[in-house]
Amino acid sequence: MNILVALRMVPDVVEELEVAPDKKWLDLEFVRMVLSESDDHALEEALLIKERQGGKVTVLALDAPELDDALFAALAKGADRAMKITGAEKGVMTREAAHILARVISNEPGLLPADLILSGTQAYDDLDGLVAPLLADELGLPFLGIVTNLQADLSVGKARAVKEYPGGVRGEFEVALPAVFGIQAAEKPPRYVPVAKVRAVMKSQKIESVPAPAMEEVGLSMIQVLEMMKPQVSGHAVMLEGPPQQVSNGLCGILAERGLL
Amino acid sequence: MAAEFWVVVEHWRNQVSEITYEALALGREVADQLGVPLRAVLLGHNVKEMAQSLGKADSLIYVDHPLLSEVVPETDAEALVQLVKERKPRGVIVPLTNVSLGVGTLLAARLRLPVANFCKDLKVVDGKVHAKSVLYGGKMESMVTADAEPAIFGLWPGARKAESGRIDQSPPVEEVAVSLREPPIRLQRYIEPEAGDVDISQQEVLVAVGRGIQGRENLELAETLAKDLGGAVCGSRPVIDQGWMPLSRQVGKSGLTVKPKLYLAMGISGAPEHTEGMKDSALIVAVNTDPHAPIFNIAHYGIVADVLEVLPALNEAIASKKGVDRHAA
Repeated sequence: MNILVALRMVPDVVEELEVAPDKKWLDLEFVRMVLSESDDHALEEALLIKERQGGKVTVLALDAPELDDALFAALAKGADRAMKITGAEKGVMTREAAHILARVISNEPGLLPADLILSGTQAYDDLDGLVAPLLADELGLPFLGIVTNLQADLSVGKARAVKEYPGGVRGEFEVALPAVFGIQAAEKPPRYVPVAKVRAVMKSQKIESVPAPAMEEVGLSMIQVLEMMKPQVSGHAVMLEGPPQQVSNGLCGILAERGLL
Repeated sequence: MAAEFWVVVEHWRNQVSEITYEALALGREVADQLGVPLRAVLLGHNVKEMAQSLGKADSLIYVDHPLLSEVVPETDAEALVQLVKERKPRGVIVPLTNVSLGVGTLLAARLRLPVANFCKDLKVVDGKVHAKSVLYGGKMESMVTADAEPAIFGLWPGARKAESGRIDQSPPVEEVAVSLREPPIRLQRYIEPEAGDVDISQQEVLVAVGRGIQGRENLELAETLAKDLGGAVCGSRPVIDQGWMPLSRQVGKSGLTVKPKLYLAMGISGAPEHTEGMKDSALIVAVNTDPHAPIFNIAHYGIVADVLEVLPALNEAIASKKGVDRHAA
């Protein structure tokens, strides 16, 4: 089983985010970059499939701050090969990023034929498209998103994929392989890997660098960000301040007043 | 052919989705501002009667095909590709929900058209549609415009009130045929949520926990609070994904929509995927360490603090107010 996982680094939204001086995008200078959460789940799902059925997992991503750490962590968790695509224009949006990933997947030896191509179902900043359906379009493969369970049977060239619907309902699909899947959540929470193991991998394994292919098509995104801003909100919570005991008593009073206590 | 503005009708399991009416309400405004008719596009199989509640549109294209009985992104996108190519609308709203996710991106990719995702508002400025998109878990918004038409707008839930987009009369219906191939993806069956657990959508009080609860061992604090308030515990996506609570307790996009009298959001940041499931609760109280967490924009009362400090204090305060001596019990 040959599994490719497309990963992306995104700003950590737990941190305070600021708009860049040109007011068009985030100020990326001070943000901490982390692996997009659903990409982390895509990696986990790939590793679970490999453990169950054997195979090879290759992770690939466009270069970004902190990416090496994420790729070494992926190798330490059990990925077999990690590729960093360098030289792409800084801050490309999703549509161009997906185009570059698709070119690399098509051109680099050993990546195709792949049986499964996985990515997170959606990242915080997929403003001009989602990675998985964009990859599926460029590679001419089927696509299914919001997947939470994936079982592949190569003997019949098919996978059984479970997709989430609203209200806790799920749907079981049969998908002809190869195919691209947007993973919402792996069957198990992404595994933890000790720092010592990542350090050992840094010494024993290498991240392959691949230059980004020249873009044949410019202006792929076709959308322009006119302005980025913090949400203008119509309302805001009344804030209760003080030590835990004091705010708790205050809150009890509010609940009692409304007959909720 | 006169240009039009389009809304793709989402329906699932024989019901028109709420987001369709939200999209029609918004689409009506955009079409009026552009001075063009609003057209609804209904793809499905034996669902013509759904047109009965879509009177907000000036007219409706209905495509009936057995392969459209369930949403398969590439099949729905293929049908839309043929319609958009032929009719060239000014813009198309496609819902961005668990049912329709992927359709808008595939449509845009196939026709090399622009797509703007996560839209929560659209307006026309100097004859062009501007979209307001929600990014970074609700922490940022951006105004975007497209360089080409038609642009595809991936709409998030909550842009307009559903009731303002529902008119119970059928617009004129035009039936259109498309040619579709058997897709490499087929729905085999639905898996219903496990029964037997508490139905959180029926609770008057919900104590909802998010990432801030940090570990399964701390859930007890939330359970005590829920019990004392006569309610139940529920959670946001990360808590469910960790396996700390069953899927039946999830609030938001993939989970349930709840409207309790009291919703206590404990350590939940308030990403749009979560808030779409609880924003209509009568009273929302949020506790989060991040003073900029979007949950405070919809909460009525907020506390900037660690839930692991507030929960024990709150449990203690409620116990003393109710005269319960927990240590004696």
